[in-house]
Amino acid sequence: MSKNKTTAANESPAELAADVLDERLIRHEGLGGAVRAFFQRVRGGDLGSLPVVIGLVLIWAIFQILNQNFLSSNNLVDLTMQSAATGTIAIGVVLVLLIAQIDLSIGSISGLAAAILAVGMTQLGWPIWLAVIVALLAAIAIGLLYGILYTRFGVPTFVITLAGLLAVLGLQLKILGPNGSINLPYESWIVQLGTSMFFPPWAAYALAIIAALGMFFSDWFRSRRRVRAGLTGNSVTLMFIKAGLLLALLLVAVWYLATTRGVGVMFALFVAFVVIMNFFLTRTRWGRAVYAVGGNVEAARRAGIKVNRIVISVLMLGTLFAAIGGLFATGRLTAATLSSGGGDTNLVAIAAAVIGGTSLFGGRGSAYSALLGIFVIQSISNGLSLLNLDSSIRYMITGAVLLLAVIIDALSRRSRATHGQA
Amino acid sequence: MTMEAPLAEQPTLQREPVLSLRGISKNFGAVQALTDVDMDIFAGEVVAIVGDNGAGKSTLVKILAGVHGPDAGTIMFDGRRVTIPSPAAARALGLAIVFQDLSLCDNLDVVSNLFLGREVSDFTLNEEEMEKHSWTLLRQLSAKIPSVRIAVASLSGGQRQTVAIARSLIGDPQVVILDEPTAALGVAQTAEVLNLIENLRERGLGVVLISHNMADVQAVADRVVVLRLGRNNGDFRIPEVSYEEIISAITGATDNAVTRRATAHGTHEGSDS
Repeated sequence: MSKNKTTAANESPAELAADVLDERLIRHEGLGGAVRAFFQRVRGGDLGSLPVVIGLVLIWAIFQILNQNFLSSNNLVDLTMQSAATGTIAIGVVLVLLIAQIDLSIGSISGLAAAILAVGMTQLGWPIWLAVIVALLAAIAIGLLYGILYTRFGVPTFVITLAGLLAVLGLQLKILGPNGSINLPYESWIVQLGTSMFFPPWAAYALAIIAALGMFFSDWFRSRRRVRAGLTGNSVTLMFIKAGLLLALLLVAVWYLATTRGVGVMFALFVAFVVIMNFFLTRTRWGRAVYAVGGNVEAARRAGIKVNRIVISVLMLGTLFAAIGGLFATGRLTAATLSSGGGDTNLVAIAAAVIGGTSLFGGRGSAYSALLGIFVIQSISNGLSLLNLDSSIRYMITGAVLLLAVIIDALSRRSRATHGQA
Repeated sequence: MTMEAPLAEQPTLQREPVLSLRGISKNFGAVQALTDVDMDIFAGEVVAIVGDNGAGKSTLVKILAGVHGPDAGTIMFDGRRVTIPSPAAARALGLAIVFQDLSLCDNLDVVSNLFLGREVSDFTLNEEEMEKHSWTLLRQLSAKIPSVRIAVASLSGGQRQTVAIARSLIGDPQVVILDEPTAALGVAQTAEVLNLIENLRERGLGVVLISHNMADVQAVADRVVVLRLGRNNGDFRIPEVSYEEIISAITGATDNAVTRRATAHGTHEGSDS
């Protein structure tokens, strides 16, 4: 009986691509189809980054109404530069959350990186690159230690990194010494990077065009490979529209920012990190393994994935990005202090990842949630300080937004379940 | 089913078994989980392993899966003596195991699940090749899955089991071991999985089916191996054995003349009334 079925399936018409043979599949073709498919996805609870984008637009609109300076080019440049440091830390948080773990010590690690950089540069007379490398290596070593502790002893990362938070903070204070605060020379490139290194407009325009072309060709080549493999390709019109929209958005953004200072190199580096991590997460075996470990660690183990290696590599990347973010923050503040990486750094970075749409339960999220999430948080914080409201209000509002984001996540999870897309 | 009996007999007589266990023993502390278990699996044959809870079925599967090592005994695969130190080694040999609790990643789509841990990749993933291969494989299994780009979570229980079984075929194994594949499935879905098992046999694979469900066992298996308290307690050819005989081998009723008499008496009474 089953033999007959097999041959029947093999004899199905060859003109149709392999992935659309099933007659039950609802097909969406062309531009209209893409729009319909999008609305269907949203109704089914697959919100993606839609709530964040809508939230961001709302926040910007409200602050612009309250204060005309909010959307000024100058303030937006500030916003991008403020976002870069904590946003970079948030990339690491996204990675760690994807494997359903958490790193609470990212703030301390960013502070440690700041301390190592400052002491190395000013007191030990190291060249900046050496200080940077030592700071990053220290962070990677801590991540490795976390990973070994977790995989060897099975202690939850929540506890390991809570211990790390204190221990690394102690290390930071020890390195900074009795002074507690070290100023960096203003001419050093790390400070320049944090404060006044901007792309000339032509370079920024060129980057925007390269990004849009890159997306178009990546889509185009993928579509061609699919057709060659006997699957459906994507419509070229759609690819044009997608790349065109991105290009228009980037060009307008660059033009508007360039009316004052322009696009900060530090911010561009942050965005580049996001794009690179997104590539590794979606297009490599390592990334697939990260999602698998976050989704069902036992299944991943049985599938032959070396779970321990994945966990250790992710924890190391988490601390590495925390350190890079810490270095960015030091450059921006032009000093390493006792409170570098202290205060709300930890929670803002974790909140950014969650607000951006990365699930706290692992396996769901993308590198872009770091970018979107930090924009939301920094917009609120920036807007409230423009309104001369102090940090008490800022904390309360940021807390409320975080809660809202988690509620949206929970609701969309429920909707996914009822629409069979969990 | 009777038509399949001669088909299954041929390989048993002429060919070497593809997987052969001799004198497998395993203890966990003071508990002797398996004692001197022998088993042969031939290509193109479905062998059911049945037994009560605690009979040692899961332990046997775990030994074959490379989760536990046996304390004594030999495993011959394809005529060679082998050891299975790890799950990866079992896979490398050509032994594929579909575990009871599915072990799929709900957050990943069908293609990602099928190729999990053995993605086709040259630095970047070759999604197109994997998707194409997925469709070919699912069609060969007559699987009814509308799209391979939807998350596994949105599939029905039978479809998920299909994906789990299809995944075991990715590395071209010679023996597929299915641990309770129809547990928690509905009637239609169970039938789908049974069709799939017959399909595996037609592809010339040795299939080991671990099941509590005698109806399933009698429907698809060619041979049934009974384990009781960690020992072999019967090896029957399905067409030649009755439901009652299997049950008594499982429960140990054959050892006990009184029970057997009571059963015989019971059936006699039943036919009288």
